[in-house]
Amino acid sequence: MESFFNTIKTVPLNHYIILCSIIFSIGVMGVLIRRNAIVIFMSIELMLNSVNLLLTAFSVYKGDASGQVFVFFVMALAAAEVAVGLAIIVMIYRNTNSVDTNVLNRLKW
Amino acid sequence: MNTFYFIAFLSIFFSILVISAKNPVHSILYLVLTFFTFTVQYILLNAQFLAVVNFIVYMGAILVLFLYTLMLINLNKDSEPVKSNIVKIAGVLGGGCLLVVLVGCLKQVGVAEPVLLKDPGLGLVQNLGKVLFNQFLLPFEVSSLLLLSAMVGAVLLATKETKSV
Repeated sequence: MESFFNTIKTVPLNHYIILCSIIFSIGVMGVLIRRNAIVIFMSIELMLNSVNLLLTAFSVYKGDASGQVFVFFVMALAAAEVAVGLAIIVMIYRNTNSVDTNVLNRLKW
Repeated sequence: MNTFYFIAFLSIFFSILVISAKNPVHSILYLVLTFFTFTVQYILLNAQFLAVVNFIVYMGAILVLFLYTLMLINLNKDSEPVKSNIVKIAGVLGGGCLLVVLVGCLKQVGVAEPVLLKDPGLGLVQNLGKVLFNQFLLPFEVSSLLLLSAMVGAVLLATKETKSV
């Protein structure tokens, strides 16, 4: 079992960083180009997950378990954030009858 | 080695589909697939606890919550907002610039050593539990407070205000 994991691990750390950067940038693009509030939320989840993967990769690279504990905390935070955020989205929908973020421009001048 | 690149390609492919799908339900389903590829990455890194938590919490709880909300707010096809092309191009350019900056910074560092698993028991529940309940006990309790306050906040926000008050 150990040899299985060690034969598979010939990937340099740089490739993990590049993969996570790409997925993080895709999340940023999603926030910028979509107007549906739920899809924007999903892009934020994508960004959080790419950071989680990178933290895990560094934790394995350094042989330090703290990184994986931190990922656990990030997941707890994401769960809380999603609960509150979706409640806010439901309230926006109740008030404006849409989840379009461009409707919410009352603070704009 | 090849497994990593195949899974990485899949996760990039599905995450592009997440932000480009017209129907939000399809977006969520692609997000489930993306998170599944992340779970496979965790298994490849032998982070078994995180793989299981990712599978249960993200794919089981968070995305089902998304689907429920989408079902509650009942989006019509014709009310689907569409941004103008200029804004879309600007958004893609902005994200692309971020990517170029990150990768450009990385180019300066040079190639690191391969990610080798030094300690095979690193990501197992036993080891992580010891670290979590000794070194990180206070943050763990604070996170329980965070979850409690999030629950109260969500209930407060989502309930309708009664007129009699």
